[in-house]
Amino acid sequence: MANRLKTALLNPQFYRAMTGIVLFLVLWQLLTGVLDLPRFKLLPNPISVIKEWFSFEPLSGRSLFTQEYYLDIAYSVVRVLIAFSLATVLGVGLGLIMGWNRIFYEFTFPIVEILRPMPPLSWIPLAVLVLPGVEVAVVYVTFIAGFFATVLNTLLGVYSIDKKYFLAARCLGSKPRHIFRNVVVPGALPFIFTGLQISMGVSWMSLVAGEIISGQRGLGYAIYEGYSMFQYNQVVCYMFTLGILGFISSAGIRAVGRKLMAWEASRRGA
Amino acid sequence: MAKGKTPQGAISIKNVTKIYDPEGVHVVAMQDCSFDIAAREFAIIVGPSGCGKTTLLNAIAGFDGITSGEIFLDGELISSHQKQIKPNVDRMVVFQSGALFPWKTVMENVIYGPIVQGTMKKTEALARGRQMLNQVGLAGIEDKYPEELSSGIQRRVEILRALINEPRVVMLDEPFRGLDAVAKTVMHEFLVGVYCTSPRTMFFITHDLDEAIFLGDKVVIMTTRPARVKKIVTVDMPWPREHHIKTSKLYLDLKGEVLEAVHEEAKKAFQAGERELA
Repeated sequence: MANRLKTALLNPQFYRAMTGIVLFLVLWQLLTGVLDLPRFKLLPNPISVIKEWFSFEPLSGRSLFTQEYYLDIAYSVVRVLIAFSLATVLGVGLGLIMGWNRIFYEFTFPIVEILRPMPPLSWIPLAVLVLPGVEVAVVYVTFIAGFFATVLNTLLGVYSIDKKYFLAARCLGSKPRHIFRNVVVPGALPFIFTGLQISMGVSWMSLVAGEIISGQRGLGYAIYEGYSMFQYNQVVCYMFTLGILGFISSAGIRAVGRKLMAWEASRRGA
Repeated sequence: MAKGKTPQGAISIKNVTKIYDPEGVHVVAMQDCSFDIAAREFAIIVGPSGCGKTTLLNAIAGFDGITSGEIFLDGELISSHQKQIKPNVDRMVVFQSGALFPWKTVMENVIYGPIVQGTMKKTEALARGRQMLNQVGLAGIEDKYPEELSSGIQRRVEILRALINEPRVVMLDEPFRGLDAVAKTVMHEFLVGVYCTSPRTMFFITHDLDEAIFLGDKVVIMTTRPARVKKIVTVDMPWPREHHIKTSKLYLDLKGEVLEAVHEEAKKAFQAGERELA
């Protein structure tokens, strides 16, 4: 660990990344705080955002040192986790079966292809109408976004598998269930994980939109609330909070993927 | 797998014709092709590219059917216009571009067959796999993934994955294509080694005539499409084959004979190709 930190600190990459961030903040400060440009005046400047974020007594009542802040995060994270898990289990399952069984594919593919492009937010009215409670509706809208991305990528994953592996498996005496377990699932895994990355991204997107429109609590809701209460610092704080959470969840999926696909390491040249 | 009784592996190909008809355009891949491979014989199949060698392999393996004719394995009909037996471990295929499962380690690949068929317990299979790897000097790579290894080693592992099932027939479709000349000689020694340790019927497709004569008991030269047998050259040289035979007079004579027949067909294929383009 200490060693890794040391190499990271010696690496020019690290300093370039830091410089990039600093330049971004300077530019932001220039545009909003120093130059006094017409439309930019309304934007909070980075110093006030950071002050608010780290404040013990924030004006908005939300900062790193308040319980409110973590409650908002917890609401959103739990919603995303439930929706993403459901989307993964059902999406990977459906995708694998569609890829595995030609007849099932022919029954399901057209309908999947029509439902898939529907923007998740267009589901909100029906979701609120039919599902018990707004909470379930928000989770549903988050789920539906990730679900179709996962189905499609899993399906493509199965189709990406070279035919020779199926022939080799049959030659070696596999029954269909062996082929499913030893060829279809591992062969589709790289595409599945690409799908999960996309799924996680669109889940956060739909969640925040869902929370803004019909939610109670959560980061999206707090962003909208900050807007209506003129707490623009809070809006920006929460936007960055979402950025960080999105980054962490992507990194998490990548880490799990690397673990499950150790065999891909040599392909990546690691 | 036939336990107790010794597997033989004699193949008899009788008047086999295969017509592909994908979009209403008849493509005759094989026409009236007949020849026999004796049990435990090392047969080499050569012929112009795209002449239908792989079509024949697919038919014997059970990957694909034939339009007419019959194929027998040890007297049992395995393929005709109405019968196509399923792929099975008694006829193992080693593929052109290598088909080790990239997501399984070397050892998981080698023991895959016995494990899914349930013919060996895991510990038994592991012991057998380790023994086979040791025997050919590949100890220590058990836990590596195929793509961490050179393609030469990958090919050897794939051949072991086939052999662990003790098939009656091993079919290899240009298994050493793309390897350099030095790597090929290592492969040939390896194959001579495993063949002499436990001889079984080999059906080996190649374009490399040196390989053909060095490894073959007989070389079956196919015509340009539609494939049938043009000539069979018997290579009457003792096993185990050693590299010095490549300079012997007999070897060079045989090579000349095969080369001439192959060249004739290659020219025909080339002209046919030009006609198709014109």
